[in-house]
Amino acid sequence: MIDPTPTPEVAEGLGSGTDEPPADEPVMRLQDVAVAFSGRTAVRSVSFDVYPGEITALIGPSGSGKTTLLRALNRLHDTERSASVTGTILLGDTDVNADSTDPTLLRTRVGMVFQRPNPFPTMSIYENAVAGLRFNGVRKKALLDEAAESALIAAALWDSVRDRLKAHASTLSGGEQQRLCIARALAVEPEVLLMDEPTSALDPIATKRIEELIGELKHRVTIIIVTHNMQQAMRVSDRCAFLLMGEDKAGELIEVGPTARLFSEPSDPRTLDYVNGRFG
Amino acid sequence: MTTLETPPPGRAKRGNRFALPNGAYRGLLAAMGAIFVGLVAWFIISMIVQARPAFSTLGFSWIIQKTWDPTHNKYGLLPFILGTVETTAIAMVLALPIGLGTALALAYLVPHRVRQGLSSAVELLAAVPSVVYGLWGLIVLAPLFREDVEPFLTSILGWTGLFNGPNEGVGLLLAGIILFVMVLPTMVAISRDVLAVVPSEQVEGAMALGATRWQVLRKVVVPGARTGILGAFTLATGRALGETVAVALVIGNSPYIAHSVKSTASTLPALIVNNFGEATGTELSALFGAGLVLLLIGVTVNAVARVLVRSAARSGAASMAVA
Repeated sequence: MIDPTPTPEVAEGLGSGTDEPPADEPVMRLQDVAVAFSGRTAVRSVSFDVYPGEITALIGPSGSGKTTLLRALNRLHDTERSASVTGTILLGDTDVNADSTDPTLLRTRVGMVFQRPNPFPTMSIYENAVAGLRFNGVRKKALLDEAAESALIAAALWDSVRDRLKAHASTLSGGEQQRLCIARALAVEPEVLLMDEPTSALDPIATKRIEELIGELKHRVTIIIVTHNMQQAMRVSDRCAFLLMGEDKAGELIEVGPTARLFSEPSDPRTLDYVNGRFG
Repeated sequence: MTTLETPPPGRAKRGNRFALPNGAYRGLLAAMGAIFVGLVAWFIISMIVQARPAFSTLGFSWIIQKTWDPTHNKYGLLPFILGTVETTAIAMVLALPIGLGTALALAYLVPHRVRQGLSSAVELLAAVPSVVYGLWGLIVLAPLFREDVEPFLTSILGWTGLFNGPNEGVGLLLAGIILFVMVLPTMVAISRDVLAVVPSEQVEGAMALGATRWQVLRKVVVPGARTGILGAFTLATGRALGETVAVALVIGNSPYIAHSVKSTASTLPALIVNNFGEATGTELSALFGAGLVLLLIGVTVNAVARVLVRSAARSGAASMAVA
């Protein structure tokens, strides 16, 4: 049995990172969250809290359900008829999975960046940046212009695109496209930003720049990032949740804690093996 | 890292008993290409040769003259050109929104089981021979149009001036409607296929920004599939322009310019099929001329579509090229 809130004993004697949760109220709370497809459990019984201004990484080998869990947080599984999400996901006071929660409104509060850059190919850079606002009914050009600039600045893209905002998004490099997708998500000013292996389709230099950007963004938005790159998790995250595929192929949470502690003195031997590269 | 320097064993040796020398393949393909080019050239040249007497006796202006009266040596094609364009326009004005809507519903909205049934129905409709649609139009729709549809449309749209004159049942409107019914399956089937292949990453990207299902379809899916939709539209237009028997059955075949959508009229293909039997001399030649004009209209539609597709493709160059 895994205790999602590690005991103080585990944290004792560590040089960096403690398991004392931050004083702030969690932005998002997962309680006993499970995802199943056509009755087959894909992720089982995950509970942890996500704290404001932190970067929480979901790590684990392929098939451990990281992405599946992430997609439950903004209800992207809604489109899949066979998918069912159980347990409780709280965003502030909002019950994410409640029938009364409007998924489109939820997604303006919980943004997402995908594995492969997916700017809208028929839209210009500017239109991509403001697409979310337009979906949500913002029409005033002054507001859109301001939001586009601010989001593109935040995504470290403004300087290279300010003179060609009307150009098509497909004229950008892969790394720039991903930053445009980050800008697009930021423009809506979400409380939480989900990132699903945002650098897996990028070269090392573009990856480095996205990672730097992620570090800067945490002052603006709470980030939950899926990665199977241990170094990346170590470099960017404050807190890590380690998932592993169980014997019945369902992913389960092995442990969660401050990244530094998880990598140096994990409480579960499987975590130790994984972070040391013995499998995965 | 795998090395590509050594070929996999056996690769170089693998022979084929049926292999011909490269030159022979090239010759074979060239011959096939030549047959195709030859057929097209022969077709176009003989069309021109057959139409030439009409041009040499009548000049060029007959094409846009208003009177078709072979007994007085008048072969004006304008009523037929207009009839062709008008019936096709009626059909496409209806087929574009309705076809696209149906395709969207089939690709994104209806549950899986219904989708299967409806898709089969669409394919079945596309396979119905046009003469059957024509017969249905003449026997079933024409009386209905005369008694109910045309009086109703006149009462609500009479102010446009498009619905003047008697309710005849057969005419431009019915021909346009029959063409619409005929091209709708083409429009739906092709649009559905191109809409369904818009990458799910695009759809999810929009959803993740808080787009409603309708916004996803309108702002992402339809724009993403626009070149394919344009292709479907072009194909359907070509089919409507060239449709012969069904139109000849329901348009009334009068060689006058229609002054109302309820008027009887005719089209270039209907003109040809109604007259080729008795036509000789200049009249036969004029029918070939009508064929050439029809060909020209078709080629123009295709050319315009090509330009549109190219510019749409350029402005929406696939972002998948990177990464």
